[in-house]
Order: sequence, then C-alpha cells, then structure tokens
Amino acid sequence: MDMKATKKKLGMKERYRALTRDLGWEPSYQDKDAIFPYASYEGIKVHDWDKWEDPFRLTMDAYWKYQAEKERKFYAIIDAHAQNNGHLNITDARYLSALKIFLQAISPGEYAAHKGFARAGREFPGVGTQVACQMQAIDELRHAQTQIHAMSNYNRYYDGFHAFADARDRIWYTSVARSFFDDAMSAGPFEFMIAIGFSFEYVLTNLLFVPFMSGAAYNGDMATVTFGFSAQSDEARHMTLGLECIKFMLEQDPDNLPIVQAWIDKWFWRGFRVLGLVSTMMDYMLPKRVMSWREAWDIYGVENGGALFKDLARYGIRPPKGWDDAEKAIDHMSHQFMLGLYQWSFGTSFHSWIPSDEDMDWLSAKYPDTFDKYYRPRWAHIRKLKAAGTPFKNYGLARLCQCCQLPSVFTEPDDPTLTCHRETVYKGEKYQFCSDGCMDIFNNEPEKYIQSWLPMPALFSELGGDVGAWMNWVSLRDGVDNGDYDGSTDQQHFNEWRGLATSNL
Amino acid sequence: MTVKSIKDYVGVSRDRVENFNGKQLVYVSWDHHLLFASPFLLCLPPETPFAAMVSGPLTALVQPDPDAAAVDWRTVEWLKDNAPFTPDFSRSLAANGIGHKDQIRFRTPGLNALLNAA
Repeated sequence: MDMKATKKKLGMKERYRALTRDLGWEPSYQDKDAIFPYASYEGIKVHDWDKWEDPFRLTMDAYWKYQAEKERKFYAIIDAHAQNNGHLNITDARYLSALKIFLQAISPGEYAAHKGFARAGREFPGVGTQVACQMQAIDELRHAQTQIHAMSNYNRYYDGFHAFADARDRIWYTSVARSFFDDAMSAGPFEFMIAIGFSFEYVLTNLLFVPFMSGAAYNGDMATVTFGFSAQSDEARHMTLGLECIKFMLEQDPDNLPIVQAWIDKWFWRGFRVLGLVSTMMDYMLPKRVMSWREAWDIYGVENGGALFKDLARYGIRPPKGWDDAEKAIDHMSHQFMLGLYQWSFGTSFHSWIPSDEDMDWLSAKYPDTFDKYYRPRWAHIRKLKAAGTPFKNYGLARLCQCCQLPSVFTEPDDPTLTCHRETVYKGEKYQFCSDGCMDIFNNEPEKYIQSWLPMPALFSELGGDVGAWMNWVSLRDGVDNGDYDGSTDQQHFNEWRGLATSNL
Repeated sequence: MTVKSIKDYVGVSRDRVENFNGKQLVYVSWDHHLLFASPFLLCLPPETPFAAMVSGPLTALVQPDPDAAAVDWRTVEWLKDNAPFTPDFSRSLAANGIGHKDQIRFRTPGLNALLNAA
C-alpha cells in the first residue's frame, strides 16, 4: 500500500510549457527560411525566439473554458434584450447612427484582424508567438460575431443595418477603417503586429471601446454594453500582447529601433484618422453624451498614451511623429467631420442631423475656443437653409486622401480656416492627401498606395457618375437609410412604438 | 525602396486618367470657405473651357454659401499646385495645364460672412 500515487495534474508552469513550447520542433528536412519565408524581409532581426514571453501564460484549454463561459452569459443577455423590447429602451433612435457606423466600419475590422492574426501566427517562427496569435485570431472572430449578433436585433426594427457588409466594402466613410486593415494585412507579420497590436489595440481600443461602451450604457443599449463587457478581458490581453511584441523587437537587436519607430509613426497616424469617425459619434451622435471627444482624448490619448511612450523611452522610442498635429486637431476634428457627414448624408447608410440649440450649447461649453468661433456659424447657416426649404446637400462630393481615404475635411494644423492641401507626383501621376502624416506614409511606400481603391473617384470611373446606380450597388435605399434624421422612418417608428409602450393611444 | 516586399513589386495606379472614359478629375476648393467640408471633386472632359467649368458646376456648387452672390469670378485669385495661377477663361482645362487630379484653389479676400459671423 506504499504505492506512490502518480501525479495527475501538471502545474501551471509545466502545462504552459507543454501546451506552447513543447508543440514546436526543429525542422530536419526543410530549411527554416523556406518554412517561414516572411520572417526576415521586413528587416527585423531576432536572435532568440524563446525570449518571447507570453505575459498571460494562457493555454488553449483554459482559454476555451473562459471564452465558453463568457459566450453563455453574453447570449443570455442578448436573448433577454430581444424579449424585453430592448430596441425601445434606447434614449432616442438618433443613437442608432453611432451603432450603424460601428457595424459598417468597425465590426468588419474585427474580422479582418482575425484573418491577420491567423496569418501572423503562421508566419512567425516562434512557438510562444504562434500560440498567442492563434488565440487572438479566435478572439477577433468572436468579437466580430458577437457584435453582429448583438446589433442584429435592431435590424428587425430600424433602417441602415441590413447591408453592413456591402457598406464595408463599397461605401465611402467606411473606407478609412477598411484601408487601415487592408494596409495592415498586406504588410509583413511584424508590421502587422504594430498596426493591430499597437495602433488598433492601444491607440484605438481605449478611445473606441471605453467611451463607446459607456455611450451604449448611457443610452440604454444593453446589447452593445454586453458585447463590450464580453470583449473587455480579451482587449486587455491584446494590448499586453502588442506591447510585448514591441518590447521583444526592441530588445532583440538595436537595428530594429528605427524600423519600429517608423511603424509607430505610421500606425499612430493611420489610427488617428480612424478616430475621426469616433469623434463624431461622441460629440454629435449620442443623444445622451458621456464625455466630449476632447475629454476622452485627454484621458486615453494624452494620459495613457503619454505613459506608454514614457515607458518605451528607455528603448529609444519617441512619441509618434504626428503627435503634435493630432493634438492641434482635437478641438476641430469632430465638427469638421460631422459637417461633412451631414452635407453628404444623401450618401450615408445612417442618419445625421443639425444639432439643436441645446446640443450646440453643450458643444460650445466643451469646445470654448473653437465651437462658437468656427462651427456654430456654419451650423446656424445650414439650419437657415433648411428652414428656407433648401436643405444643404453638397453634390460636389469630396477629394479623398490617397492614404487614409477620408474626404479631406481636415485643416492646416495651424490654421483652422484653411483646408490642408498636400500633393505629390509619383511616376508622372498626381496624388492628393489630407495631411502631412498621410503624405509621408505614401511617400515611404508609393507602390502600395497608388493602388488604393477610392470610392468617390470610382463612382465616376466605374459607374459614370450615376448616383442612383451607386446607391443600388452599395445597397443603400434612397429616402430610407440615408438623409436627415428629422423626418426619417427611424424617427417615426421610434416615436410611434415608444408612444404605444408609454401611453394608451 | 518604394515598397517593402519579398521580391520586385510594381503597383498599378487605380485612378489613371484612362479609367475615366475620356474625362478627368479636377479638385476645386474655395479658401477659407469651409461650409463646404472638402474640396469639390469634378469629373470633366479635358476640353471643357475654363469659363464653362466656372459658370457651370462651380457656380452651382458654391450657391449655398452666403458669399456666393458676391463672387466676381474675373477678379478672384486662383492657385494651382498651391501656387498663384492665372487661368485663361476662354481656353480648355488641358490648354490651361490643368491635369488629372490637379487641385485648383481660389481666394476671395474680404468675403467671409460665415467666419465673421462669430
């Protein structure tokens, strides 16, 4: 009876090793470079892949258990949301414009990130990295799915949700996010990690998810709050992975520093341009607002971002090149962008509107140096045009930036009254940009960006300028999905249904 | 290096002029008049006389601005490639050297109702 019991369970550390490092092997009949052909062409030098530390030491068995638990909770709440007429509990149907933009522009980005991490996991030679990428690939796929499921209930009652995939592929205001991910996915695996792990997870996620999920909570949208919570613990892991990757590159070889710095410069700016959409959601689209875009930037950009770059300074990393230009744009960008969305609202698969007096007073309190001086007079004039029966529609369309693909709505960093004009000629052809940041990115890799598919020029090159044909092609139903919120079917339905729920008519 | 790639890589520009069915893109922007959120994108035949571009699409597009009626097109200051430029109104875009995707700007000093309103 003295038999020693066999140890049944491995310790945490042993299990981690068994389920990560032990899964790898040294190839014997194939050359390592042939197996991992994309590992070195970006110029990043790695001497010891085993130095890669997964800060979470998460193994696939534990991962599966955690995620399954979160899924169960998530779908229970989504079910309750649908059964309790959650679509009537939001503050106002204007709120849905923020959701529609999110679904058309951001959720497909989660799916793109999934594809990218699946690829990066295959292309990186290190086992720790491969496993971490595999988990993040599954996370991103889950996020895309849960977001689409969470918002699908609104599609039964409101317009503009029905063709988010077409909007993602073809419409103009989503191309800033689409091109961000296309750019990342057509880069090498290390640059991809900076693009998503650093820019998307660090620069964007904080500024996108935290205020956006609070916005959902403030505006009674239980479904969106729930997917936010369900994704939050993953996001913390993703941010840590992104940072780990940057530190790994910088610690492996001093020659990696200038390459990493250039990527940080590039992807900070690309991320900042995607935030143009987010700034309008925060300042204009939430009927009950959480905080201004400026306040969010101060907390998540200046404080958190500042701390990050302080942390990276010991490796020789400096804040991104576009940082000062970004700061100068903060008090302007949401207004400049929203004015654009309103005047081109015949071409948007969501509604926009002229801010009310109360909204404008809030904006002028939040932007005391800029709103009354530059933007209130424009909105006041637009309101006058509408009252006169000639609502403002800008059929001139817009000059799109060859890099970020947004309409060039942004002004000179030091002159908010003048559009920023930047152009360059490459191989005899002219290219236009919205900013120095975007022009620099182009100039570093022109062969890549000359191929950009720009939605507004395509309206002329592919559809001969026929706006009706374009609307069919992007699955936008004219007079239903687009235009002013005032008078829209979303507005009518919401008021009617809410009226039925709260009165005896 | 014009792109980071594993082998020689040559891209093809999507928006080459031959894709526009005999027309070209021209961007036009009114300095300091940001009621219009971005420079206008026009798609015109290169034979279009400069005067026709101004009296046609441009005049129509700027109407919503309160300064529009006061613009005297013959005295505005023009820029092309962000440098001063004197267009010949009677000649075509091509003859004025306005190529595909060129940016034309114009200035109307003294006119700025929406900026002075504050």
